[in-house]
Amino acid sequence: MSAPAQPAPAPAPQAPPPVETMTVKVNGKTVQVPKTHPDWQGKPQPATMLQAARCAGVDIPHYCYHDKLPVAGNCRMCLVEFGTPMMDPATRKPVLNEDGSPKIAKSVLPYEPGTPRGAIACATPISPGMEIYADSKATLQMREAVLESLLINHPLDCPICDQAGECKLQEYSVQHGQAGSRFVEAKVHKPKAVDLGPRIVLDDERCVLCTRCIRFSKDIAGDDALGIVNRGSYNTISAFETGKFDNNYTLNTVDLCPVGALTSKDFRFKMRVWFLKESKSVCTSCGTGCNITIGSREGVVHCYEPRENDAVNGPWMCDSGRLNYKWIGRADRLREVLVRGTRSTWSAALQDLTVRLSKAPAGSVAVVASSRQTTEELYLLKKLAARTGATTDSVAREGEADRLLVAADRNPNSNGARLTGISFTEAGIRIPEIAAAIEAGTVKTLVVFGEDVTKHGIPAATLAKLETLFVSDILPNATTALATHLLPGAAHAEKRGTFVNVKGRLQKFMKAVEAPGDARPEWEFLHELVHGVTGQNGYSTIEGLFNQMAREVPAFAGLEWAKIGDTGVDVKI
Amino acid sequence: MSFTVPSHLESELDEITTHYPVKRSASLMFLHALQEHFGYVSKDAVEWTARKLGLQPINVYELVTFYPMFRQEPLGKTHVKVCRTLSCALQGSGELRERFCSKLGLDPHAHAPQTTPDGKFTVEFVECLASCGTAPVVLVNEELHHKVSSADADAILQKGKAA
Ligand code: SF4
Ligand code: SF4
Ligand code: FES
Ligand code: FES
Repeated sequence: MSAPAQPAPAPAPQAPPPVETMTVKVNGKTVQVPKTHPDWQGKPQPATMLQAARCAGVDIPHYCYHDKLPVAGNCRMCLVEFGTPMMDPATRKPVLNEDGSPKIAKSVLPYEPGTPRGAIACATPISPGMEIYADSKATLQMREAVLESLLINHPLDCPICDQAGECKLQEYSVQHGQAGSRFVEAKVHKPKAVDLGPRIVLDDERCVLCTRCIRFSKDIAGDDALGIVNRGSYNTISAFETGKFDNNYTLNTVDLCPVGALTSKDFRFKMRVWFLKESKSVCTSCGTGCNITIGSREGVVHCYEPRENDAVNGPWMCDSGRLNYKWIGRADRLREVLVRGTRSTWSAALQDLTVRLSKAPAGSVAVVASSRQTTEELYLLKKLAARTGATTDSVAREGEADRLLVAADRNPNSNGARLTGISFTEAGIRIPEIAAAIEAGTVKTLVVFGEDVTKHGIPAATLAKLETLFVSDILPNATTALATHLLPGAAHAEKRGTFVNVKGRLQKFMKAVEAPGDARPEWEFLHELVHGVTGQNGYSTIEGLFNQMAREVPAFAGLEWAKIGDTGVDVKI
Repeated sequence: MSFTVPSHLESELDEITTHYPVKRSASLMFLHALQEHFGYVSKDAVEWTARKLGLQPINVYELVTFYPMFRQEPLGKTHVKVCRTLSCALQGSGELRERFCSKLGLDPHAHAPQTTPDGKFTVEFVECLASCGTAPVVLVNEELHHKVSSADADAILQKGKAA
């Protein structure tokens, strides 16, 4: 390969624009708060008391407020006592205490000056010198009162509720609630197990009517499907027609719901959240590469949840991507190394392949690698191809884009394939050429990673003409059935690596579970193979491999594995 | 059964829509008119209204369920509204409602208005009927009954059965 590329010149240090701040006090601590904060659409808006408290490291309890939704201010959970500097009406000067500090007028009821008057922290802008008392007696009383009223009709079925363990009602009740209920009247009963849509079940009795789900559906997903019906204590979240809440983003409402009202049909009653191991990963179902957290237990993947990344997916992901994890645990996963249909070992199979590939005359090898493989794997495959003078390509996978997240490109790493030189501007254009070369007898060895090429232009009859068909895949298909050498690979959840999304965001992902049987991460055995065939030394750790790739592939110049944060970096595509 | 709004009603509603700065403000007028014509606001009527005003059905449905005056089902011929507010409650309107319900085979504790299967009666608990001085008060269709005793209640039922 080429000599190490020049490291990219460090970007000229840009002086960050000065942030205008305002001084307020939170629980007695003085903090400088930026005057504006981005609202749900990223537009700067005056900072609120809730945001000021966050700057002071204080989290004010809240239900309806969400950084990425329009402010509703309906739950009242965030009520806090506050005060503002007193002004002398005549001089318009601040009134000072004896020690020279400004005198603070606490907010009180106008007709009852002894009673503190709270304000909702989520929607009240701060003013200079304001004091926020997020843990004063009055604030705690307001919180208790709000919680008491929320719990009046709540069924308290935490033992069978999926939200238990990550429920805001549970958490705040433990912090601020009372042990006993003073409510002696009959509770209002509301609909249970409402079939809201194909993926969502609603328990209206648990709902705290924060309207997060309504706002998400209307303002983010663009499907104005949910609303509050009936009135008073019979208020109920509902869709016009049950069963029809079916846009491709409905499962985000389950994440958003602060309580256990909205539940996922897929996850309902399956697993306690505190048993799940969480691993940072990336969705592989389209080129957007939404950041996800994989929830797994004892080697089994149980769910994907979106992981916030404002540069890619915000806090959301689509339903189809979220539910596309079951293949990882399929019973028919490839788990054995097979040479001509007979079980073999990694060392024997790799040895045989090393000899074959080393001896292969230039031009007699071709490579078809999936854009579902990691960048590091594609890079190693390209190295292998370069050594044998092989034609390479990947397979295009197109669908329809939507207005929110889903990309038309259904491969997670098309840019990785392009940047490593596996494919060209248009993925798949060289496949007919490869098929023809096999037919003509020039190409005698085909390397296939992660694709069923019989569905993409190289029919089984053509494959039958090969001397060596070296295949690595995860699940069985028509191509793996014809392989002379079949090496079982690992799902992204079973290895570490990177993908480059459609917009050029390079993102790394971590391992959640072990690969089944003898299956191994492809980069591991590709590294051994490349070492054997080219005689060049490589790296047996993903860190070393990535850094080596970054030195050789111009688009990644200057990058280091350790320096790619959890939310990825932009590369030039 | 397909849902059709007569053309004269539709053009009347189209005209009403022009009186409002935004179309959706005409929603309540639509619902009143449709209820008057059909006797109640069906799901079809909600969808029709939403279509006409460029809304989603849930937006209109929220309104329909918010106002007790909108009915989602056909009413009985005799509509008995028993006042539940303070003066009437103190004067025994609770027992009165229970009497109506149990005599008609309806659930005396149900929250929503109930209609008998033969479609003759609807019994409903309502808020103050503005005749607190003559509690307990019962409104039967358009006719207000004052100081209603159990005997009066039975007479109301008799009359309704004959109707
Ligand atoms: S269902 Fe959940 S998100 Fe929706 S209003 Fe109720 S508590 Fe809020
Ligand atoms: S938009 Fe694409 S990357 Fe994001 S969750 Fe859906 S399929 Fe996965
Ligand atoms: S968070 Fe609900 S009112 Fe502020
Ligand atoms: S309380 Fe019954 S009419 Fe007013």
